Amino acid sequence: MVDTIFRPFRSSEAERSDRSAGDRLRHRQKIRESIRENIADIIAEESIIGKSRDRVIKVPIRGIKEYRFVYGDNTPGVGQGNGSSQPGQVVGRSQDEGQGAGNEKAGDRPGVDYYETDVTLEELIDIMFEDLDLPDLERKALRQLEAPRSSKRRGYRQVGIRIRLDKHRTVRSRIKRKFAVERRRRAEDEAVAAAASADDRIGATEESALDAPVEANLDLDADTIDAPTGTGLSRRFPFHTDDLVYRHVTTQMRRESNAVVVCIMDTSGSMDTMKKYLARSFFFLLYRFICTKYRSVEIVFISHHTEAYEVGEEEFFHKGESGGTFISSGYQKALDIIAERYHPSLWNVYAFHCSDGDNFDSDNTAALKAAHELADICNLFGYGEIKPLGSRYYESSMLNIFRRLDAENFQTVLIERKEDIWPSFKAFLAKDKQQD
Amino acid sequence: MATWSLDDLAYWDAKIREQVDALGLDCYPQEFELCNHNDMLAYMAYSGIPSHYPHWSYGKSFEKLKTLYEYGMSGLPYEMVINSNPALAYLMRDNSLCLHVLTIAHVYGHNDFFKNNFTFKSTRAEFTIGTFKAHAERVRTYMEDPSIGADRVENILDAAHALSLQRRRNLAVRKLTPDEEREQLLGDAQPGHDPFQSVHRRPDYVEPNLQRVPLSPEPDLLLFIRDHNPYLANWERDLLTIVDEEARYFIPQIETKIMNEGWASWIHREILNAIELPQELHLEFLVRHNQVVRPTPGGINPYHLGLKIWTDLKRRFDEPTREEIRDHGQPVKSGMAKLLEVRETDRDQSFLRRFLTEELMREMDLFEYEPKGDDLVVSKVADEQDWRAVKEQLIRSVGMGGIPVIRIEDADFGHKRTLYLAHDHDGRDLQLENAEKTLAYVYRLWGREAVIETVLAGKRTLLTFNDRGFSAKPLK
Repeated sequence: MVDTIFRPFRSSEAERSDRSAGDRLRHRQKIRESIRENIADIIAEESIIGKSRDRVIKVPIRGIKEYRFVYGDNTPGVGQGNGSSQPGQVVGRSQDEGQGAGNEKAGDRPGVDYYETDVTLEELIDIMFEDLDLPDLERKALRQLEAPRSSKRRGYRQVGIRIRLDKHRTVRSRIKRKFAVERRRRAEDEAVAAAASADDRIGATEESALDAPVEANLDLDADTIDAPTGTGLSRRFPFHTDDLVYRHVTTQMRRESNAVVVCIMDTSGSMDTMKKYLARSFFFLLYRFICTKYRSVEIVFISHHTEAYEVGEEEFFHKGESGGTFISSGYQKALDIIAERYHPSLWNVYAFHCSDGDNFDSDNTAALKAAHELADICNLFGYGEIKPLGSRYYESSMLNIFRRLDAENFQTVLIERKEDIWPSFKAFLAKDKQQD
Repeated sequence: MATWSLDDLAYWDAKIREQVDALGLDCYPQEFELCNHNDMLAYMAYSGIPSHYPHWSYGKSFEKLKTLYEYGMSGLPYEMVINSNPALAYLMRDNSLCLHVLTIAHVYGHNDFFKNNFTFKSTRAEFTIGTFKAHAERVRTYMEDPSIGADRVENILDAAHALSLQRRRNLAVRKLTPDEEREQLLGDAQPGHDPFQSVHRRPDYVEPNLQRVPLSPEPDLLLFIRDHNPYLANWERDLLTIVDEEARYFIPQIETKIMNEGWASWIHREILNAIELPQELHLEFLVRHNQVVRPTPGGINPYHLGLKIWTDLKRRFDEPTREEIRDHGQPVKSGMAKLLEVRETDRDQSFLRRFLTEELMREMDLFEYEPKGDDLVVSKVADEQDWRAVKEQLIRSVGMGGIPVIRIEDADFGHKRTLYLAHDHDGRDLQLENAEKTLAYVYRLWGREAVIETVLAGKRTLLTFNDRGFSAKPLK
C-alpha cells in the first residue's frame, strides 16, 4: 500500500502568498503599453467620445497574445453529436482564436488578432495624457483663485468667542489653579501662625489680585456658592480669566485652480454630421485634458452661424445647421461671456473654435480682430479647420487668414479625418508647451 | 462551513487505497494539500507547479481563469495533480465530502498512470519539484542581475515560449548523436541488396552531404538554436534550456490526455462503486460523475471518450460478444490485466487507433466537420463508408497532433546563415498571423534571417522574416 499524506489548509499562508501578483502586474503593464501605442486608433473610435468617466470601454489591443505556430482556418476537426448527425449539418461557426463569440458581422472579421480588454475611460484618459506632460500648464496653474475651504481646529487659546469656550479644559485649569493657591495659602497660614510678622500685607494684596477680576468677567453665581460656607477651607474660588480656554479654529485658504473651456462651433449650413463629429471629438479631448490639470473646470458652448448663441451641450452637438457664417460673431460672444463671467485674472481660459473655414468674406477682418482679442486673454486659443478629405481644394479656408495672427498662444490645426484628431490635439498643446 | 474533517478524508482514503491495491494499481506515494479557490487558480495558472519562474503570461492566465471563474463561465477543477514522486495533488477546501472522495480516487488513477505509462518515463518524476524550483531560481538570478535585467529575460522567454512545443514528440525515441547520425546517413546511402543484381543496372552511389547542418531535418528548434547560434550569451542559452525542459515535461501529458483522464475516471468509478458509500454520498457521486464524463456536444470531451474506450476494452476481454470471439478469438487474459498493460504501452494516438471501434464511434455519433465559409459543417459521419476517415481525422488532431510539425532543414541557407524551416504540410495550413509573429521570434533568437517553407491555400509558399520585416512569396 502506498503512503499518503494529507496536508491541512493553512489560512495564514494562503493569505500571505499571492504568487501571481508580480506576473499579473507585468501583464497589466503590457496592456497599458499596448494601449498607449495604439492610442490614436482608440481615440479615433467613435465609442469613447462623450462617455462618462467611469464607463468601462472595450479596447482592442495587440501584442500581448502568445503566438505559436498553429493550424489555421482550413483545419477539420472531430466532434460528437447527439446521435443524428448528418453530412451537411451546420454544427457551429468557425472563429479565429482569441476572438470572443461576439456579435461580429459575417465577413468583416479583421485579419489581425484582437484581444480585448476592459478599461475605464478614466484610466484611458490617464494613459492618454501620461506622455503629454506640459510644464507650462503647471506653472500657469498658479494663477489661482483663493477660496475658503474648511475650518480646522488648531490648538487652544486664552481668548476667543464664547461659543468656542472649552468648558472641560476651563474647569480643569481652574482646579489646577485652585490646588496651587491652596497649597500656598496653607504654607502662608503656617508661616503666619509661626511668625505672625509683616508678611501679612503682601498676602492680602495677592489675594485680592486673584479674586477681584473674575467677578467682573464672569457671571458665575459666586455669591451663592460662597454664602453658606464662609469658612477658611471652602473659601470662594471663582473662575479667573486665565482659566478660560477657547478652542482655536483656523480657516484654511485653498488655492483654487479654475479653468473654463470655451467651445465655439460653426453651425452654418456647410457643417455636416461628419464635420461635427470631428469637432466633437476634439472638444472632448480638450475638455478631458483640461479636467486632468485643473480642479474645477467649466465649459461654455457657443454655436454660431451669422449670429452666436450660448447653448447647452445637447444643442451644441445636435442642433440642425442653417445659414451663412460670420466667425467674428462667435468670437465676440466668447469675449462677452469671458468678460462677464470668467475674468482672466481669476480663470484660465481655453478657447477652441471649430469651423470648416467657409467664412463670409466681408467678415474676415472682423474675425481676425476678434481672434486677436481672444488670444490676448486666453491661455490657449485654437482654431481647428475641419475639412473632410479632399474638400479643402475647392472650399475657402480661414487658415490663410489666421496665418497673419502671430500670437504665441494661438494655434491652427487642420483635421481631415478622424485619425488626425490625436496628432492635431498634440500639436495644439505643443504650442502651449513651447511658449514661456 | 466544511461538513467534513481531515479524519473523514483519511478514513475514506484508507478504503480507497484498499481498492487501489485490489485493482492492481501501482502508485507513487501521494500527498494531498488542501487549498482555497485562490490557491487553486494560482496552481492552475502555473500548471500546478509549486515553484515556477515568473513570466507575465502566467499573470494573464491567472486573470483569465479568475474572470471566467468569477463570472461563472467555468468552474474550478475538483482536483489538480502533478506528475512528481511523491505525486502532489491539491484539493479544494470548499468542496463537499463526496467530491473529495471522488477526487481522491481520481487522483490515484492519475498517479498510477504517471508512474506506469511509457511516455512519462523520461520525465524523472522524483526531480520534478526540485527541477522547477532550480529553474525558477536561475531565472530570478538573471532577472536580478544588473547586467541582464528583467526586460531582456522576458524578451528571450517570450520568444522561447512561442517555440517551446516545436520539439521532438516521442520521448521514448532516443536522439542520435552526431556520429551515429553520420553513420546512419552513410549506411542509407549504400545501395540496398538487389537479388537481380546481374540484370539490373547498378544504382549510382550518391554521397550524402555530411557538411550540412543539421545532418537530417531537426525538430528541436530551441535546442538547435541554443547550440548553433554563437552569439547567444550563456544566460540566454540557459533560458532556452529551461523552457525546453519544461516543454519536455509537459509533452507526455499532452500526448495522453484522453487516456489519462479516461483512466482516472474509470478508476474512480470502479473504486467508488466498490467502497460502499452511504446513500446520500453515492447519489451525489452519480451526479458529479456524470457532470465530468458527459459528452460535449459538437466537441470531444476527453473524460467521456477515454472512459468509453476503457470500459469497452475491459468488456471485450471479460464478456466478448460472439462476433468478437469469431473475429479475434477467445481472449487470453482478463480485462483488468489488459487495461493495466494498455495503460503502460500506449498514448492517445495509438490508443484510439487500436481500441476505438466502429461500433463505439457510431454509438458516440462521432463526425468530422470542416469549415465552410463562416460555418462549421459536418462533412463525414461514422457510417460504414466514412468511419475510418473520421477516426483518422480524430487521431491526427489529438495529443501533439494539434501542433504543426516544423523542422530545421538548413542552418546556412544560401550561405547567409539563414535558418531554413520546413513545415510538414498534411492538409492543414498554418495560421498566417501566428506564423508571422512566431517567425519573428525565431528571428529574434537566431539573430539572422529566418524562413519557413509551407503550403498556403494549395500553393507552396516561403515566409520570410528578416531585418526588413515579414514577407511571404510563392515558391515555384
